[in-house]
Parts: sequence; C-alpha cells; structure tokens
Amino acid sequence: MDYISVQNVTFQYESQNESGTVIKDPVLNDISFDIKKGEFVAILGHNGSGKSTVAKHLNAMLLPASGKVFIDGLDTSDEKVTYDIRRKVGLVLQNPDNQLVASIVEEDVAFGPENLGVPSDEIRKRVDDALKAVDMYDCRLNAPHKLSGGQKQRVAIAGIIAMKPDCIVLDEPTAMLDPKGRQEVLDTIIKLNRENGITIVMITHYMEEAVLADKVYVVDNGRMLTSGTPREVFSQVELLKKHRLDVPQATELCHKLRACGVEIKELPLTEEECTSMLKEVLR
Amino acid sequence: MRDITLGQYFPADSVIHRLDPRVKILSLIAYIVLIFCTFNYVSLALMAAVVLMIVILSKVPLKMYLKSLKVIIVIVIITSLLNLFYGTGEPIFQWGFIKVTWAGIHNAIFVCVRIVCLILCSSVLTFTTSPTDLTDALERLMKPLTIFHVKVHEIAMMMTIALRFVPTLLEETDKIMAAQKARGADMESGNLITRVKALVPILVPLFVSAFRRAYELAVAMECRCYRGGEGRTRMKQLHLATRDYLSIVFTLLVIAGVVLLNVFVNITV
Repeated sequence: MDYISVQNVTFQYESQNESGTVIKDPVLNDISFDIKKGEFVAILGHNGSGKSTVAKHLNAMLLPASGKVFIDGLDTSDEKVTYDIRRKVGLVLQNPDNQLVASIVEEDVAFGPENLGVPSDEIRKRVDDALKAVDMYDCRLNAPHKLSGGQKQRVAIAGIIAMKPDCIVLDEPTAMLDPKGRQEVLDTIIKLNRENGITIVMITHYMEEAVLADKVYVVDNGRMLTSGTPREVFSQVELLKKHRLDVPQATELCHKLRACGVEIKELPLTEEECTSMLKEVLR
Repeated sequence: MRDITLGQYFPADSVIHRLDPRVKILSLIAYIVLIFCTFNYVSLALMAAVVLMIVILSKVPLKMYLKSLKVIIVIVIITSLLNLFYGTGEPIFQWGFIKVTWAGIHNAIFVCVRIVCLILCSSVLTFTTSPTDLTDALERLMKPLTIFHVKVHEIAMMMTIALRFVPTLLEETDKIMAAQKARGADMESGNLITRVKALVPILVPLFVSAFRRAYELAVAMECRCYRGGEGRTRMKQLHLATRDYLSIVFTLLVIAGVVLLNVFVNITV
C-alpha cells in the first residue's frame, strides 16, 4: 500500500432544517487515490468541489462516512492512532492569521512539539531547524502580527515541520497572499519536497501552482474527474472547460492556436515553454 | 491603534528584566501587602525608598512611570482630600463643615504615598516582563491549584491566545470601521446614545469574525496535536539563578525591616 491510500471515500455534512428533518449534503462521492512517499501532489478543484474536505480526511480531522483512509498503513477511523496520524500528516490552513497560537514566532513553532511531549532541548533544536528550513530564523523573536502574509504562512509551515511529519497537506496556502508572498510560500514548499523529502499534498485552485506538482488530481462535485501528470491533465482542455475549470494561460493559448490549424505537437504548461514552442512554429 | 500592546512591555537590559518572572510576581504581591502594612512614617519611608530603588534599577525611562501615574492622579487627589477632611480628633482649623485635623493630614499623606508606590510597583512588573513570560509564570505559580480542580493550563492557554489576538482584532476593527464609513456610517457626531448606537454595525461583524477565527484556530490547534495540558512539555524552562535567590533574600529583608520598624518605632499616627 502507498503512503496515503484513500479508498472509496464518501462524506456528507448533515444538518437539520427548521422542521427537524435531516438534510444530507453529499460532499465526497466515492473518491479513491493513492499518494507515494516523497511525491508532490496537487489537488485541483474550484470552490465547493470538496477539495478542502479531502484535505481534512488526510489527517483524521474528518472521518469518512463510508470507505477508508490509510496513512502509512494506519486507519484514520481508529481513534487510538488519531494523534499518530496528525503527527505524520501536518495540515496547513488557508488563513495564516488564524493558525498561529503564540505571540512570539519561535514559541508558536514550539507549540506542536510541546503538545507531543518532546523534551525541552530537543524542542529548541527542532524549532531552530524548522525556522531555518522556511528561511524565517531571523524573525524568530518577532510578533506574528508584525509579519507579512507570506512570512506568517511560512511560520505556520515551520510549526508543522517542527513536528517532523512525513507529509504536509496544505489547504489553499496561497489563497490569501499577495503575489510576492505566494512565490515565497511556493518556493518553500518545493524546497521542502526536493531537499527534505517531505511528501506534499497541495490543495489549490490556481492552475499555475498545480503545474509545479508531480501529479495532479482534479476533483469536481465530490468526484475524481481526472488525474495524472500536469501535462496529461492539462492536455484535456475540453474536459476541464466543461467542468468550469481553467487551464494555464499558455496551455489555453496553444490549444486555441491548434484549433485554428496551427501545428502544435504538445501543449505547453508554462510561459517559457510556450514562447520557445511558438518560436519553433514561427521559424 | 495598531501599536497598542497589553501590559506595555518595555524591553531593556536590566537586572529586573532578567529576573525570573515567578520571583517578580511573588515579590510584587509581597511588596503590595507590605505597602499597606506600614503603620508609621519610618516604615513608609523604607517602602518608598525600596520602590524607588527598584524603579531606578529597572532602567525604564521615568517618563513611562509618570505616564502610568498620570492616569490615577485624580484618584490620588480625591482620596487624599477625602482623608484630609474626614479625619477624627481636634480640628486645627475649621471653615464651615470642612475641618482639618492632624489625623486627617497623616491619613492623606499615607494614602497618597501608598497608592503611588502601588502603581509604581505594578508598573515595574508590566514594564519589565513580556506578556508571554507573565502568562507562563502565572501558569507555573498556579499549578498547585490543580488539586482543587482549577483548570490552570486552560486559563493560561486562554490568556496566551487572548494576547495573541489583541493586535489582530484591533486591525480588524480598523478595517470594519473604514468599511462602514465608506458606506456612510457616521461615528463622530451626535450625542452619547447615538454614538453608542453607531458602534453596533462595527461590533456585530467583529464578533462574527471573532467566532469564525476561534473555530479555525481550534481546527489548527487540533491539527498540531493539541489535547490539553496533559503530557505537554515546554520549550522554555524557568530556572532560578543566583540573582533570583538574591532578590528573594532582599525581599525577605524588606519584610523583616518593615515588621521591626512597625513594632519598635513608636511614632504612631
């Protein structure tokens, strides 16, 4: 079994209306996928597609109504291992302001290991290492509200790294950031994946971010629409368009050119790729 | 509004800053009790001298202390005047219903010096100790109360989170005020009642957002394996150093001094 294994998961939110009848609001519908150790995976979908619900299933914050989620062989529905799972799979949320607990950066990073009961000297070391890994060591004594959005989000990531997880799940980590902060966070995520070998699952609705991943899963309306490498996924322009999803601008441009009869063998993913491809066509 | 910090911590490098926060809190309590246990001028003078010495040792500019005294100057004047006019005994002079007695004068001086010393003492604590150190020390000092099922860890955690979110919520208040002003809300004119009513459109969104933040924070804390105080360790351990023991000895000496002066010096008032 792979490191993360999601098997036929169905999930619904239940609420009562005024007359007291239970309304079931299905969010996930028979979703299955596997993630290998060390992979960088993007889960793509627009608002309300159920992608955040998927994220919360990966660290036992939510339990499937039917189906199973296994993390490193552990069943998330087994209450005895809930905290082992949360230590293995860290979850970073969208709003950096609402996930920092302490009023000093280094103490916030220490919060996770403190909860795990790690000895003091070891916490000190982990906090320093984690802050260096996200390049925030110089700000360790600052107050979180004095930092920029990108810096806050990197502190939140450091707080997860200090727990020494195998995998980090990021639920739209860049949605509330400016372009500069977004780039900082993406660079940090890529670095953690490449250099520290941490498995990354990034939930996003930015196509340009999904391109960075090894593998892309597209979720729509609680179902798995398609999956594969970014190139495989984004070559299905028609399918994505039908489900109100975009493709990267470079891909779309070439797709339209191809429709007009321009000979393009393979659709590009990034702007650089696109320009070099177009140069070749024009030659 | 952005630069408001609770407790007005003033970072500096002084002996008082470096003292263990637990020792500081306990000493403060001791000094406050002592200030109100001075029964003659000699012991009062001793306490005033001790307080002044600590204030100077703290290396915090005197301006800061004067600022915190300014807030309570009215209270000091009113209580002193009340004590001055309502003393018992032979009046020194009388004008209508106002009479001034020796006992009244003594009381007024005592009340005035005591309140000033009290404020200075507490200011030393808040100026020289960071809010995090304060909550940390309080958690450790209150630890024995767990026998009486007081949720010490939870109280300390709430204080930490409250301190963390004060600036965030202030910023949010600014934004909401700007948003409401942009929609034509008038907050500067009208009588008191209209102005209080004008606050409602600010407070309602602020509360809604605070609850949303609280929910998200709870999720984030659970993601980081938070499950209460049990089995938790701390990164920063508090250790008593030589200077802490010296300061404890000093406080004990002051206590002994005040008690002895109270007993053996007979300039009673």
